[in-house]
Amino acid sequence: MWERVKTFASEFFVTGDPMIYGADASIVITMIGIVFGLTYFNKWGWLWREWLTTVDHKKIGIMYILAAFLMLFRGGVDALLMRAQLAAPELSLLAPDHYNQIFTTHGVIMILFMAMPFMFGLFNVMVPLQIGARDVAYPFLNALSFWLFFSGAMLFNLSFVIGGSPDAGWLAYPPYSGIMHNPGVGQDFYIWGIQISGIGSLMTGINFIVTILKMRAPGMKLMKMPMFPWSVLSSCIAIIFSFPILTATLALLFLDRYAGAHFFTLDGGGNPMMYINLIWMWGHPEVYIIVLPAFGIFSEIVSTFAKKKLFGYKSMVYAMMIISILSFLVWAHHFFTMGSGADVNAFFALTTMLIAIPTGVKVFNWLFTMFRGKITFETPMLWTMGFIPCFIVGGLTGVLLSVAPADFQFHNSYFLIAHFHQVIIGGVVFGYFAGLYYWWPKLFGFKLNERIGKWAFWFWNIGFYLCFMPQYALGLMGMTRRVVTYGWDKGWWEMNLVSTIGAGLMGIAFLFQVWQIVYSVKHLQKDETGDPWNGRTLEWSIPSPAPHYNFATLPQVTSQDEWWEEKQRRLQGIATPATKITEPIHMPKNSGIPIIMSMFWFFTGFGFIFDWLWLAIPGLVGVVVCMLIHSFNYDTDYYIPVEEIKHTEAAIRGVTS
Amino acid sequence: MAQLHNAGKIEHQLSQAEHHDHPDMEEMRTFGFWIYLMTDVIIFGTLFATYIVLQGNTNGGPGPKDLFQMGGIIASTFILLTSSYTSGLAVLAMHKGNRNALLGWLGATVALGATFIIMEINEFTHLVNEGATISTSAFLSAFFTLVGTHGLHVLLGLVWMVALMIQIAKRGITPVTKRKVNVISLFWHFLDVVWIFVFTIVYLMGVS
Ligand code: HEM
Ligand SMILES: [Cu+2]
Repeated sequence: MWERVKTFASEFFVTGDPMIYGADASIVITMIGIVFGLTYFNKWGWLWREWLTTVDHKKIGIMYILAAFLMLFRGGVDALLMRAQLAAPELSLLAPDHYNQIFTTHGVIMILFMAMPFMFGLFNVMVPLQIGARDVAYPFLNALSFWLFFSGAMLFNLSFVIGGSPDAGWLAYPPYSGIMHNPGVGQDFYIWGIQISGIGSLMTGINFIVTILKMRAPGMKLMKMPMFPWSVLSSCIAIIFSFPILTATLALLFLDRYAGAHFFTLDGGGNPMMYINLIWMWGHPEVYIIVLPAFGIFSEIVSTFAKKKLFGYKSMVYAMMIISILSFLVWAHHFFTMGSGADVNAFFALTTMLIAIPTGVKVFNWLFTMFRGKITFETPMLWTMGFIPCFIVGGLTGVLLSVAPADFQFHNSYFLIAHFHQVIIGGVVFGYFAGLYYWWPKLFGFKLNERIGKWAFWFWNIGFYLCFMPQYALGLMGMTRRVVTYGWDKGWWEMNLVSTIGAGLMGIAFLFQVWQIVYSVKHLQKDETGDPWNGRTLEWSIPSPAPHYNFATLPQVTSQDEWWEEKQRRLQGIATPATKITEPIHMPKNSGIPIIMSMFWFFTGFGFIFDWLWLAIPGLVGVVVCMLIHSFNYDTDYYIPVEEIKHTEAAIRGVTS
Repeated sequence: MAQLHNAGKIEHQLSQAEHHDHPDMEEMRTFGFWIYLMTDVIIFGTLFATYIVLQGNTNGGPGPKDLFQMGGIIASTFILLTSSYTSGLAVLAMHKGNRNALLGWLGATVALGATFIIMEINEFTHLVNEGATISTSAFLSAFFTLVGTHGLHVLLGLVWMVALMIQIAKRGITPVTKRKVNVISLFWHFLDVVWIFVFTIVYLMGVS
């Protein structure tokens, strides 16, 4: 018996690597710490009532962002490990198969479990506030989306210590990701982790489309909506068209692995090229999905910090919509070299180049907005300014990559790695940081320390260029991606060393950000105004942090920068009189079903990964039962009475009643 | 916070639909369902595309002509189409406010849908017994997946419809149950349309 337990454990848990034992130990210690802390401070009930069961979009948003930060850390550690391995020739810090696992998990975590939740977090905290709504369209579904993302991310991360990590790259190309070449459970973790969180993403897409189309404050015509909700809308449209393709594709890969189907296998009539096409029909729009909201954020910040109306509002809107449509017509630029033929390649090369046009329009709009503005350089604006050159260079190298014949040279080289990190870090990560810094006071009611923030900014930026500029050169010198080591004879080592130093600086930058938050919590600079940046849009018209019903009375919107105009009117002494609070507010009730249902999904995934039907089937039954319980529950909302609202409003506005 | 919740609970248990400050919840939910259906269209679109690409890849095994028995398929097609019709009648009965007729037509729809599923399971077991399984060839992988995904949708629809019948029996026709009936009948018609494509592309074009 004991022997059997031992062999089982040695297969179940990943063994033989000190790094993994370290991870085991830190997971166990963190778990014990959390359980102990919650019990000691008697916080279980609080955690359950205030956070785990919440349907408040602002809290859900905060949880998303917190999770994204943890994942940024995990993905960042992976990145540093890879860069350490590549710092000098012939190092053997990481074994080749371990290196494969690390670039795979790094890519997946950064895109799906860092960028996506960060983005959803920002959607959640700001879209309802900016459009003057009290909630999102489907609060219950919103909580469910979050917990599905969370289950999927946990499942994926578990692969590091249990069963083994996936190693077939972030898009898991078959036949290598098929059962024949990859018999372990790693790829199954990949499939289920992404599938479960992907369903959540799809629901978030639907949720925010309806929220934006149906829940804007009275008077806010679409063309009077701030730019961030516009960017969210365009991103969500891309989500609802592309994520179903991902769902189907992963399901097919799963059937290949689990049921012996032959969609993408080399035998039985399967066709791996089908997978490559399908996955990029999702994968390419995906990168626009994450970058469009960043464009929205930059637009908000530029006009706030230049104290000017956004230049070319309409062209911004059209540009984003065009980008979101065009993003579906370019997928084959990821495999120019895989034999599609000249005509097909030419078509996809052209559509790819076309995207540069609307993107260029946006860059010029931002520049014109800044032109002759009274710019101030607080951290949100710094990130925006840092983004522009970075994105321009990244975009230009993208156009180079889109030239099909040239791509035969660049394909799968470090040139490509440099390009996409430049647009993804420069565009997406910088953008979300900018957004987080910008909206932080609204979220938490205090400002982050600017000085430490500037240190973080400069470390990120200098580190960034040091890390990725040499990689363009390395790519042209013939260094291909996903190599674990190289020889002294190649002449690559100097550039690689510089690149690793740059990565280290970005690691330090991350520590600065953590310190910035800790420091600012300690030395609280409370924001009493609710409008610390002298903002232009509705979220700044209410106190910080916003009460859980957001607006005591729904604002009446007359123009694009409603709050700015309102402030101008007040200066001229013609303020709109505050509407009396006369109506109780309708709010959704908290629910434990989202988190419980997601736990059942987790069991389902885990069961299928290890081929344990005794776990997977009860998991699925649990999911269905949760849905039924929810369907039978008609007691899902309540009203906040007028007195209560008046009381809260008075308290947060500092009036003692 | 918790205090707020409680206070809200005790006072003001107004019914949901009649509040003008709030956007029309039931209409908004139906709208979201339309968007969901569109995403489902894309999932089926992907599976159809896969089927069309792979249908010739029989790997030396049986092809559509050897496998499909059109008699049963045509019968189950009629059954599904009829169930779409009865679900329409259910909605009509609901608009007339006739709860018993509504329940009756929903019951008929469930019965027809269940028959369809049973026939499909029969067809699948028959194929498997003949040695045509999901792992025989790419063509059969695509076939079982496409048709099976449709079947799974029908099955889920059935569970949901029964749950809804219980709710209607308990609560009668309210704005909420009304929306739910509308939504499920939308779903049911959608499955019908998908099936017409399955019937044409997989079966008719397969045997011709
Ligand atoms: C913050 C500093 C970062 C560093 C130093 C870094 C470094 C690296 C390295 C060394 C590789 C492997 C290259 C190879 O050997 O093939 C890689 C791959 C990748 N990175 Fe990053 N990365 C960073 C941030 C990010 C971010 C923010 C994202 C996305 C949001 C991202 C997405 C990816 C993807 C998708 C891959 C490809 C993985 C694959 O080959 O399958 N990275 N990165
Ligand atoms: Cu692309």
